[in-house]
Amino acid sequence: MSIPPDRIPPALRTEALEQLLTERGLVDPSVMERFIATYERDVGPLNGARVVARAWTDPGYRAALLCDGTAAIEEMGFSGPQGEHIVVLEQSEEVHHVVVCTLCSCYPWPVLGLPPSWYKDPAYRARVVREPRTVLSEMGLDVPPERRIEVWDSSAEVRYLVLPQRPAGTGSWDADALAGIVTRDAMVGVAEVSAA
Amino acid sequence: MDSIADLGGMQGWGRVRVPAADEPPFAEPWEGRAFAMTVLTMGRISGRNLDAFRHALARLHPVDYLVDGYYGRWLHAAELMLTDSSILGPGAVDARARRNGGETVTEPGVPEPDKPDYTPTAAGSLREVEQAPAFAEGDAVRTLDLHPVGPTKLPGYLRRRTGTVTAVCPAHVLPDTNAVFAGENAQHVYTVAFTSAELWGPGAEEFTLHAELFESYLEAAA
Repeated sequence: MSIPPDRIPPALRTEALEQLLTERGLVDPSVMERFIATYERDVGPLNGARVVARAWTDPGYRAALLCDGTAAIEEMGFSGPQGEHIVVLEQSEEVHHVVVCTLCSCYPWPVLGLPPSWYKDPAYRARVVREPRTVLSEMGLDVPPERRIEVWDSSAEVRYLVLPQRPAGTGSWDADALAGIVTRDAMVGVAEVSAA
Repeated sequence: MDSIADLGGMQGWGRVRVPAADEPPFAEPWEGRAFAMTVLTMGRISGRNLDAFRHALARLHPVDYLVDGYYGRWLHAAELMLTDSSILGPGAVDARARRNGGETVTEPGVPEPDKPDYTPTAAGSLREVEQAPAFAEGDAVRTLDLHPVGPTKLPGYLRRRTGTVTAVCPAHVLPDTNAVFAGENAQHVYTVAFTSAELWGPGAEEFTLHAELFESYLEAAA
């Protein structure tokens, strides 16, 4: 298998496709721009961080979130494509959860936005279902040996949100301050949240 | 189908990428445009659906799947779906890109559209089904040895493996038939847990793997 030397770069293919579709009125560049801006500005991991921060500060909400993630997340106003059925996985001292989609790169868009490059990379998709502890370590997370690892391959339409452990030293923080430290990577299970 | 998209367990990829904080959603402007064109044309213009999109990804040539990254993959799949529905003539994008680059190329004419005759029975992919689930939490199940020519959401590494049902999920449209407009065939989905030794042998790292599997992929394990 070889790459043809005259292969058209994706930027030029995209330009050509957009020309073909706009000339015929099939897509509208201004609609495209609004759509792109929505995913650049409005739909991102801050939504998930607000869900996590509320679960850390409101035990009733935490219980509801773990029982029916979709409903509890929708209650905060987050729903839409790739968020029809969300299950929340709670990290603990005993278990560490990590999420992948080996068949494509399915991801809970309403709470985390579009997936980061490492999540879509073949190396992550291929390897985290085979040697998760090694993969997590390469990503900078050494899971303590006594902590069990559970890997979730979202092979159908269930999407997962990881509820990280609340870091020590944040007892007096309010939900807004806590949301500020919750990272995208912790909500997929390849990092932990740190108060620093 | 057994395709480059079915990556679970494949070896030889080297180290994973270390996450970068504050990575933008689109590394380059064309990625955002490819994303928007894919989403905006998938149903409205090509008359296809999300399952057909995933099946289009699985049908890409490995070079097209891998070389241009995630949104390159989307771009090639969008082109494939638009060509499948005869919105674009075969080779139309190539021809336009080469003309834009100054080559003398004849572009194919605009074909007569040929979209699938498909209207979903409800929004999204969750459906109500009348039959009771065939399996319950705690049941031992074995995945079938399925190698369909067409789409499937049974990853290759989960064939012929025994696991335990840990949750019965609501019914979903079956992508295998929905992707090719052969019916929604909604059925129950199960979260099934497999030990790493069952998947990768006795020398494997110790962990549990959970996957959601459609009822037609499973049989009761002895």
